[in-house]
Amino acid sequence: MPTLLSAWFNSHQPNLHPPSFYSLSLFRSSHPPPSPNPTLAMALSRFASSSRSGSLLKPLSSAISLRRPISTDTTPITLETSVPFTAHQCEAPSRTVQTSANELLTFFRDMALMRRMEIAADSLYKAKLIRGFCHLYDGQEAVAVGMEAALTKKDCIITAYRDHCTFMARGGTLLEVFAELMGRQAGCSRGKGGSMHFYKKDSNFYGGHGIVGAQVPLGCGLAFAQKYSKDEAVTFALYGDGAANQGQLFEALNISALWDLPAILVCENNHYGMGTAEWRAAKSPAYYKRGDYSPGLKVDGMDVLAVKQACTFAKEHALKNGPIILEMDTYRYHGHSMSDPGSTYRTRDEITGVRQERDPIERIRKLILSHDLATEKELKDIEKEVRKEVDDAIAQAKENPVPESSELFTNVYAKGLGVESFGADRKEVRATLP
Amino acid sequence: MAAIFQGVGAAAPLSSSLSNSFDSNKSVFSPRRSFSVRKRASFAVVRSDGIVNLNPNGRSAQRLVSNAVATKADGPAASSSSKPGHELLLFEALQEGLEEEMERDPRVCVMGEDVGHYGGSYKVTKGLAKRFGDLRVLDTPIAENSFTGMGIGAAMTGLRPVIEGMNMGFLLLAFNQISNNCGMLHYTSGGQFTIPVVIRGPGGVGRQLGAEHSQRLESYFQSIPGIQMVACSTPYNAKGLMKAAIRSENPVILFEHVLLYNLKERIPDEDYICNLEEAEMVRPGEHVTILTYSRMRYHVMQAAKTLVNKGYDPEVIDIRSLKPFDLHTIGNSVKKTHRVLIVEECMRTGGIGASLTAAITENFNDYLDAPIMCLSSQDVPTPYAGTLEEVTVVQPAQIVTAVEQLCQ
Repeated sequence: MPTLLSAWFNSHQPNLHPPSFYSLSLFRSSHPPPSPNPTLAMALSRFASSSRSGSLLKPLSSAISLRRPISTDTTPITLETSVPFTAHQCEAPSRTVQTSANELLTFFRDMALMRRMEIAADSLYKAKLIRGFCHLYDGQEAVAVGMEAALTKKDCIITAYRDHCTFMARGGTLLEVFAELMGRQAGCSRGKGGSMHFYKKDSNFYGGHGIVGAQVPLGCGLAFAQKYSKDEAVTFALYGDGAANQGQLFEALNISALWDLPAILVCENNHYGMGTAEWRAAKSPAYYKRGDYSPGLKVDGMDVLAVKQACTFAKEHALKNGPIILEMDTYRYHGHSMSDPGSTYRTRDEITGVRQERDPIERIRKLILSHDLATEKELKDIEKEVRKEVDDAIAQAKENPVPESSELFTNVYAKGLGVESFGADRKEVRATLP
Repeated sequence: MAAIFQGVGAAAPLSSSLSNSFDSNKSVFSPRRSFSVRKRASFAVVRSDGIVNLNPNGRSAQRLVSNAVATKADGPAASSSSKPGHELLLFEALQEGLEEEMERDPRVCVMGEDVGHYGGSYKVTKGLAKRFGDLRVLDTPIAENSFTGMGIGAAMTGLRPVIEGMNMGFLLLAFNQISNNCGMLHYTSGGQFTIPVVIRGPGGVGRQLGAEHSQRLESYFQSIPGIQMVACSTPYNAKGLMKAAIRSENPVILFEHVLLYNLKERIPDEDYICNLEEAEMVRPGEHVTILTYSRMRYHVMQAAKTLVNKGYDPEVIDIRSLKPFDLHTIGNSVKKTHRVLIVEECMRTGGIGASLTAAITENFNDYLDAPIMCLSSQDVPTPYAGTLEEVTVVQPAQIVTAVEQLCQ
C-alpha cells in the first residue's frame, strides 16, 4: 500500500470523492459495511482540493482493486455440498469440496453469462430471428459449468440438442452461438447446423444431436477411440430423462462395460421429457441405478460444486473401472423448447418454487456474499458486464451475412464429391440453384 | 476429388489369360471381334488418393469374367505359375484388402458380430483377430444400432472403423445412425468432422434364405445425403473397392452379395484400388447399353451369350458406384448405343433402377431412341420356395426378351 501511494502521489492530484472511495472494500471483513482505512483517508483528503478531472479516479480504484486479493484469490475454501450423494454399486465421494474465491467468481460469471445468453435467445426467437427449434438450458447451467471445471480439453463431451451452454463451457464464443442460431456465416457450423448442431472439434465438443438418445452410442464410440489411442481421457455422454428410456443406451452401456471403456453417461434429469413427467415415462425413475452392473451416482445438479465433485470422481472411476452413470437432479425453467410454454404439464408455482430455492446462480451468489468474497455491487456489475457482452454479440451476429448460395453444396462430402463437381460430362457443375 | 479423364469407349482387350476360371471354348466373344479397332487413346485414371494409373489396360484385362452364374471354378485351370497375380475367391479378396489396409494404417479397426474369434460369418475377417488383436477386431454383441453409432463416434475422432452387418438387412436397425449421424455430421458441423467409416455386409437374394434375410438395402440408403454406396461383383473390384472405401474420407457403404462370395479370379499381386465413383465396362458393344451391378452382372453376361448368338451386340456396364452414379461412363455409352436396359436386383419401387432411369432421362434424353427399360425384382417379400424365389429376381431369359424388345 505505501509503495502504491507514493507512486500515485508523485504523478497525480486527483479530485477525490471520499464516499465513493469508501465504498471500495479494502480489507476482507466479516461485518459489512467495511470500515475505511483512516491512514489512507487522511492522506487522500490532503489532495481533495485539487482540480484534476474525476476520470483519474478510475486508475486509483482499479489500482486499488488490483491489490484486493479477491477475484484472483486461489487460497482454498472448504465447503460442504448441501445434499449428499447417493451411490449405486460404488462408494459415494465426500461432501466436502475444495474451491477458491477465484473459482467461485468464475462460476458465477460463467453461469450468469449462460443465463443471460439463453434469455436473449428467448427474445430473439420471439422476434423470429431464430427459427425452428430452440431448446434453452436456463436452470441447468450448474451442470455445464461444474462438469467443465472437472475436465480438461482432452476429455470429450457429447450432448443432445440442449447444447448452447455446454458449447459455451467448452470454449465457444457468444458470436458463434448467436450467429449459428440466426443462421449466419460466423456460426460454429457455418449456419448450416442450427440450434441443435453445435460442435467444436478443437475443444473436443462433439455436439449437438437432434435425435433423442442417438448421441449415447456416439459417446461410447468416442470413449472407444480414447481407449484405442491410449489417451488417458474420458468421454461424458449427456442425455436427458426422456432419452434414458432408449434401448440404444443400454446397448451402448453393455458394450462399454464389456470393453472397459472410459465412458461416463450423464443423465440430466430435469424431470420432464417434453410434456411427460418422469413418473409417467419411467417405471424406475432412479436413472443412476439403471446401469445395473455399472455403478451410478445421484448428484444435486443445481449445485455447481457438487457437480464438479461428482465429475472428478467419475473421471477417476471411469479411467480405472469402466463406465459409470451420473444422474444430475436439475430443472429447466423454460419449456422443452420455445414452442412449448412449459406450463401445461407443470404449475407455475413449481417453477417459481425451484427458482427461489434451488437456482444455481443464486446459490453461488449467496455463497460469495456470505464468505464476503465480493460485494453485491460487484456481482451486479458482473451481471451488467455480462449483459453488455451478450448484447454486443447479438448486434455483431445480426450484422453477419447469411451463408452464400454455394454453401448449400459444400461439406456434403469431404473433397466435394458427387454433388458439386461432377456434371454428366464431368465438366460443369450439375447442381443448379434456383 | 477423383478426376477421371477417360477416352470414349474404353478399350478392353480380351486376353486369353482369362481362361483360368472357365473353359475357353465357352467364351462369349467370337474370335473375329478384334478390339484393337476400337482402341482409343489410352486414358489416365487419377484415383482418389492421387495415384495416377497410366496402365489401366493391364487391369482391365482381368475384369472380363464371362462366367455368368456364380458357380465354383470349373474346367481346366490354366497353369497358374506362369501368370502374374494370384488366384483367390471373392471373400478372400475382401479379406486381403482389409488386412492390407489394417497393416497400412493402425487406425483401421473392424467391428461387427462374430468378426473376431469366429472369423466372420462369411469368413471375410478370418484370421484378423489372431493377427491384430481384440482391440482392432472387435466382437460386438447383437446391438446394431449402438455399435454402428459407436463406430461413427470413433470415426469422429479420426479412427477408421469398418462396420460389418452380418446381413445387410440387420443394418435397418441402425438406420438412424447411418442416416443422421453418418451421413449428415460432416455437413451439420460445418465441415469440422469427417466420418471415414466403411459399412459393409452381404445382402441380396440368396438361396432360399427367407424374406428377412434377402433384403436389398441400396434402395433405402440411396437418398441419404453424404454417404457413398458401392457394390462389388468380382474379386478384383471387391478388393479394390474395399481398399478405396477404407481410404476414403467419406462414409462408404459397400454392398456385397451372399451368392458371390465364392467367385474365383486371378488378381494382381501389387497394391491397387478401384475408384469409388467409377463404373466398369464389362463388355463393350454397339446395340444396347445394359446397366447392372452385383449379382445381376452374371445374369446379364449369361444373357449376353444368348444375345450374341442371336446377333445382338450388347454393351454391358457394371455401374459399381450406386451413389453417385458414374454418369460420365454411362452417358458415353448411351450416346453410342441410344438404348438402355437396366437390370437390377432391387425392388421396382424406389430402387436404384428408378433413380438411374431418372438420371439418364434428365441428362441424355436427346440421345435415347427408345424409352429406358428397367428390369428389377418384384415388389414382394422374397418367398422361401425355390421356384417362387427364382421368379422374384430377374432371370437371363427375361433379359434376352427385353433386349429383343428394345432393339426392334
